[in-house]
Amino acid sequence: MVVFDKPKALADVQMHYCPGCTHGIVHRLVAEVIDELGIEGKTIGIAPVGCSVMAYDYFNCDMVEAAHGRAPAVATGVKRANPENIVFTYQGDGDLASIGMAETVHSAARNENITIIFINNAIYGMTGGQMAPTSLPGQITQTSPYGRNVNECGFPIKVCEMLSQLDGPEYLERVAVNNVKNVKNAKKAIKKAFQNQVDKKGFSLVEVVSSCPTNWGLTPSNALKWVEEKMIPYYPLGVYKDRSSK
Amino acid sequence: MANLTFQVDKCKGCGLCVEACPKGVLALATDKINKKGHHPVEAVKMEACIGCAFCATMCPDCIIKVER
Repeated sequence: MVVFDKPKALADVQMHYCPGCTHGIVHRLVAEVIDELGIEGKTIGIAPVGCSVMAYDYFNCDMVEAAHGRAPAVATGVKRANPENIVFTYQGDGDLASIGMAETVHSAARNENITIIFINNAIYGMTGGQMAPTSLPGQITQTSPYGRNVNECGFPIKVCEMLSQLDGPEYLERVAVNNVKNVKNAKKAIKKAFQNQVDKKGFSLVEVVSSCPTNWGLTPSNALKWVEEKMIPYYPLGVYKDRSSK
Repeated sequence: MANLTFQVDKCKGCGLCVEACPKGVLALATDKINKKGHHPVEAVKMEACIGCAFCATMCPDCIIKVER
């Protein structure tokens, strides 16, 4: 009996991510959910700019490449034109929380019936490890070599907490993929975010606390420990909004 | 009896599966190099495998197939 195999919605290609990058885990979880809900034929994914820019090569569903940060706006258009299709965006913190913050907030406020998978690894990966809006206070990056100084650079943006103040969103949850238990919880959250869209409930966003071994300067396993010790205390996991639970 | 199949040439040698395995089944093959130039994972204590698929759950490149 096969206990575990590559999901059908994930293309059988070599992903370009660095060794130990958890983008691959989240890609697989999204593909597993697409398989389990049986929606591969009608799913349209929106790829971002950032490390996951080539996500369009990794999913077997139709994909659209958006301009930097504009994935929720593109998803809005795709969903409104094709309301029977399932539309998801896959975005990193530089895309969603920095250049694309306006699109993110307004699509949430409008309660667009889309699913957003948001990867928060507290750094700009593709461009070489610069400080992101989500970098932790004191975190050393290429552009904060003495650590993020909050007096100069401000504080990190907690996207789930911020969006939970809006009346619009249906479902907001923060998960992590640093161990097996958290990966299983992350899959449940992603499945719910897709199911909400199938049920026409509205805007669902799952923030995945992720790692960047290369730009953090850590080994893959130490990067996951850093997630546990530094990231999760600052970005507490949990459901931030779930209208259907009320 | 559990069985593991690896797509060895896609392995990036990150070792997350090795850490995740509760039974110490896996190790990076430091005497081998795959097409990508990494030391790929291999099963060194296959008889201890319980087929829990923790390794495959943590593998970012989805190279492990688990049968039980």
